[in-house]
Amino acid sequence: MDVIVRILTAAEWSPYAVGVGIGVLSWLAFLLSDHPLGVSTAFAKTAGMIERGVRGPQVTQRPYYQKISLDIDWKWMLIVGLLLGAFVAAWLGGTIRWEWVPAMWESRFGSGLGARLAVALAGGVCVGFGARWGRGCTSGHGISGALQLVLGSWLAALCFFLGGIITAFALYGGV
Amino acid sequence: MLDRMRSSPGVQKLMGLALGFFFGFLLQKGAVCNYEVIMDQLLLRDFTVIKVIFTAIATGMVGVYAMRAAGLVSLHKKPGSVGASIPGPLIFGLGFGLLGYCPGTAVGAIGHGALDALVGGLVGITLGAGLYAVAFPWLDRHVLNVGDFGDRTLIDVLGPRYPWAVIVAAVTVIIAGLGMLEYIGY
Repeated sequence: MDVIVRILTAAEWSPYAVGVGIGVLSWLAFLLSDHPLGVSTAFAKTAGMIERGVRGPQVTQRPYYQKISLDIDWKWMLIVGLLLGAFVAAWLGGTIRWEWVPAMWESRFGSGLGARLAVALAGGVCVGFGARWGRGCTSGHGISGALQLVLGSWLAALCFFLGGIITAFALYGGV
Repeated sequence: MLDRMRSSPGVQKLMGLALGFFFGFLLQKGAVCNYEVIMDQLLLRDFTVIKVIFTAIATGMVGVYAMRAAGLVSLHKKPGSVGASIPGPLIFGLGFGLLGYCPGTAVGAIGHGALDALVGGLVGITLGAGLYAVAFPWLDRHVLNVGDFGDRTLIDVLGPRYPWAVIVAAVTVIIAGLGMLEYIGY
């Protein structure tokens, strides 16, 4: 019992234990839900549902929304669960810290809230747009596609990190 | 039993919620929802993200292909093309570096109180995905299908008759690579 409590309240687990856990989770997703783990489609559904709420039902006619269907389904609930699980893990580990500007950002670019949020927003737009263009994100390609050995997923994942590494060095290089 | 469970929308919503819960729990405990950990990975100073991803790939691969051999699951391979699998992911990478989170870890980061992941990340990713829906018809006509190479896997290319040789080789390479990282001090 003590051991379980200690594990659950640890701030951090070994990356290998976490990796094995996510691998097993992907087995369960295939077996129980006939789905690969993937996160970014749910964001496109949300965008479509918001646009439908604002502009009316004709939004559903957009070819992309026809393709992914605007509904609350497995993929959407996965994100709700992800948020809850991440919160519970941080709460148990005592690592919840409300923070607008990450410390690493602050020490390089200062504590200005506007700059961090503007860059985060621009980054988010690129992430959302690029994920849908590339048909998946770090989960859908980097884990689910890669574990099925799909060549296109390996290529996409390589480009995620290539783009990320170039951007990170542009921001923090030489520090 | 499996079919009935898979085809029930209600059960599947609960299943998504449960699987998502454990996914978020693991991402958080792995520290990969932290801005610093992700940026240090992209700066090649810390390899936590790579360790998590490659361990998940190796573990997932063995189980998914074993269940498939037993007839329990089918694969879900997304087709790739030069027009889809390179430019989109490079734009994603640019955003990954600017935001410091990917979609899953942005949601996870909100769980430990990262408000830049909420206001910048969640809003931005949703906006970007919505803009893509507007751009999709044009991209679909002119870009996405350029250099289409389908959903071919490494098994199809290296040895369709010996899938397990390819899987064992892939897992071996991953374990050796991770061992090497540890050995050189990461």
